[in-house]
Amino acid sequence: MTSSSPTTSASSSSQSDICLSLENVGISYGTNEAVRNVFMDIPKGQVTAFIGPSGCGKSTVLRALNRMNDLIEGCTLKGRVLFHGQDLYARDVDAVEVRRRIGMVFQKPNPFPKSIYENIAFGARINGYKGDMDELVERSLRKAAIWDETKDKLKQSGCALSGGQQQRLCIARTVAIEPEVILMDEPCSALDPISTLKIEEMIHELKKSYTIVIVTHNMQQAVRVSDMTGFFNVQAKADIDGKVGCLEEFAPTEQIFNAPSQQATQDYVSGRFG
Amino acid sequence: MHTSLSPQAPGSRIPAASAGGFQRGSLTFRPQLSRNRWNAVLTGLAGLATTIAVLPLVLVLAYVLIKGGSLISFSLLTQLPPAPGLEGGGIGNAIVGTLLVTAIAALIAIPVGVGGGIYLAEYSSGGSFASFVRFGTNVLAGVPSIICGVFVYGLIVSTRIFFGQSYSAMAGGIALAVLMIPTVIKTTDEGLKLVPQELRLGALGVGASKMVTITHITLPAAFSPIATGIVLGIARAAGETAPLIFTALFSPFWPEGVFNPIATMSVLIYNFAIMPYQAQISLAWAASFVLVLMILAANLLARWLSQLARA
Amino acid sequence: MRLDSGPDLFTLRRRPVSDKLADRGFRWLTVALASLVGLVLLGILLTVMGGSRQAISAYGLAFLTTSNWDPVGDQYGALTAIYGTIVTSALSLVIAVPLGVGTAIFLTENIIPTKLRDILALMVELLAAIPSVVLGLWAIFVMEPFLRPFLSFLYTRLGWLPVFSTDPQGPGMAPAILILVVMILPIITAIARDSLLQVPPELRQAAYGIGTTRWGAILQVILPAAVSGIAGGVMLALGRAMGETMAVTMIIGNSNNFSWSLLAPGNTISSMLANQFGEADGNQVSALMYAALVLMLLTLLVNVLAQWVVRRLSLKYT
Repeated sequence: MTSSSPTTSASSSSQSDICLSLENVGISYGTNEAVRNVFMDIPKGQVTAFIGPSGCGKSTVLRALNRMNDLIEGCTLKGRVLFHGQDLYARDVDAVEVRRRIGMVFQKPNPFPKSIYENIAFGARINGYKGDMDELVERSLRKAAIWDETKDKLKQSGCALSGGQQQRLCIARTVAIEPEVILMDEPCSALDPISTLKIEEMIHELKKSYTIVIVTHNMQQAVRVSDMTGFFNVQAKADIDGKVGCLEEFAPTEQIFNAPSQQATQDYVSGRFG
Repeated sequence: MHTSLSPQAPGSRIPAASAGGFQRGSLTFRPQLSRNRWNAVLTGLAGLATTIAVLPLVLVLAYVLIKGGSLISFSLLTQLPPAPGLEGGGIGNAIVGTLLVTAIAALIAIPVGVGGGIYLAEYSSGGSFASFVRFGTNVLAGVPSIICGVFVYGLIVSTRIFFGQSYSAMAGGIALAVLMIPTVIKTTDEGLKLVPQELRLGALGVGASKMVTITHITLPAAFSPIATGIVLGIARAAGETAPLIFTALFSPFWPEGVFNPIATMSVLIYNFAIMPYQAQISLAWAASFVLVLMILAANLLARWLSQLARA
Repeated sequence: MRLDSGPDLFTLRRRPVSDKLADRGFRWLTVALASLVGLVLLGILLTVMGGSRQAISAYGLAFLTTSNWDPVGDQYGALTAIYGTIVTSALSLVIAVPLGVGTAIFLTENIIPTKLRDILALMVELLAAIPSVVLGLWAIFVMEPFLRPFLSFLYTRLGWLPVFSTDPQGPGMAPAILILVVMILPIITAIARDSLLQVPPELRQAAYGIGTTRWGAILQVILPAAVSGIAGGVMLALGRAMGETMAVTMIIGNSNNFSWSLLAPGNTISSMLANQFGEADGNQVSALMYAALVLMLLTLLVNVLAQWVVRRLSLKYT
């Protein structure tokens, strides 16, 4: 059932284009298996979207990419997650270092209860930024398309902004630490359509300099922003009762939405599902 | 903060430093980094703080168990304390006294506290009287327990208001009740606020009066948190000493009704701990054992009650 | 038109007067019970103020600044007890706050497994349930003898400092401070832990998501977000420490001779009340009431300050 792209036999030329590579990843919360058998090569400098019904484990897989799951007690990962060929879950890897290279934007906007300026500067400072802070703040806010709205009130609390502005501030905060990869966990699910549009435009801009992985509930959004799409699905477990998530199909976005190879994908993207 | 990337580091395949301003190290965990050292040191300190915080409980329980638990016998639980200088005896009157005084306190504090809590949660609509009662409850909760004793001394003991009696079990019970009331009001208020509004509307919607709604629907729905708070309040009152020293006083005899001085375990511990006689000191440890056992049992009961609600 | 046909089964369609009366009566009952809180507070205030009037007119404000407590000569000054109250509660707070906040952090952040965390948190909670008088007994017979060599060491090495200038002979301020630490530690820990648990998980994720270390997140994001609650807990603990009676009374030595030294016996207002109130008469009762009034004002001040601090801090960080 699972379509997997074999990573081990990947040619050397494509190897350098691959940013993150998941090899037979399975994730469990305690004894409860959330997702299993995920094989996936996430290309560098492109936008990869994860879609699928609720409970299929797409957010879980996303959080595994920068070890945010470490914060959830009892969450364990099998298999390997390779970042430029290095296993992120190797014993000697520093999760803090991983998160500095692979940033994350969350479902609910979560600015720090500090000023707008400090929201950006805080992350940069702890990442050891030595350059001109004012300039970095402006550059990051511009990249997140929120500079014009905030340039006159940088001293105000980040929590005083509207939801859409808060989310763009959070993106600016992530951009400011200049990660290589930005993970976005349903970044627009709490936002109105106009804010959503702004963020989608921004993603188009950001993909010039970053690899982006985005989880979305909204299939149109996946079509609009992504180059590659992974469709996650829920399967009944063969061995015991219960459901487990798996990667059903992973292909260029166009192919997923126009000519999917799996029947389940076809059903889901055409809305015949759940 | 960061050491620069060494050429042979395990993560060297990764292109380092994507942009100016940030120095990127390898992904490898390096314990010698100052941030990782600080992490280890601070985690160690927090662990040490926790050890220090837990240690007194372990030590106190151990001593109470060893010094007090070993003395427990049927005669100790049923006899009167000996006269100074004599051996043997027991703490029977103090056990009965503690139960009696605490029961008096509960009988006063529960109706008053639950009633006040009902007013705050169900009737008040954020007016100035309600905020005064809330403020007063907080202030009363912060009044030192010894001052409650002074108050009851001035109100009841020195005025001999009960049949000309000065020190009495009743006075002690009232002093403890003053301590308990804020706790009971708060837990009732908070417990009732947890009851979903729909439940109230449902009852009012079938034509129940407000009183019937509260007594038959809201209050039972909030039973578990309220009961938890009350049990904890009683447990705390049972161990209180300061308000009893000059209200209930002490008595070497069996209780003679609620209008006479009465022995309690807490005052017994206080009085006997500073006596130069080994028999009395032993009885103080034994009373500590019984008191701690009762209070811990009440605390576990309270936990059980609060878990009852979640199930 | 009624929908039910046949004989009217609902005999109470029209509410009887008694029902209305009961409803209204119940309401007034709760109002009366609620106002009892105010009455009790008023009673406490009147008792203490009325009782202290005689002493206030006799000794005035000098009562607060003199340390001569002489029931025979009928001269009273409460400086020793006021100094003892402030010093023991303030120093116990200085020791207990870092310990309590550290414990709270250890028991909320992902450092040890949840099961172990819950057990340790329960133990700290149960420590708060141990009666003060039992802790006093333990302090007399276990803690103080164990502590004395250390305190003697302080005296021999640092005796030139006024605070360590007396030879520890048993009960004293230092053991009283430490037993107060034991008593307020669970309060601070419990409230700090509640405040930390209320910090939204999103904020925690945000901090970790931009690559902070655990303690970077704790010190720069999580603690500031919880600081108003923690400060409230600290002030509550201060109030508790100032009013705490039994354990302190049993271990502080109850001496009215003023000394700067923490190793010397001292007194607090509440332990003075516990010790003398039952046997006092005449002016001494009034002097004790005066001291009680000072204690009440101090705790009231702390409580009002607590509410103010919490409001200020919560405005700043949300």
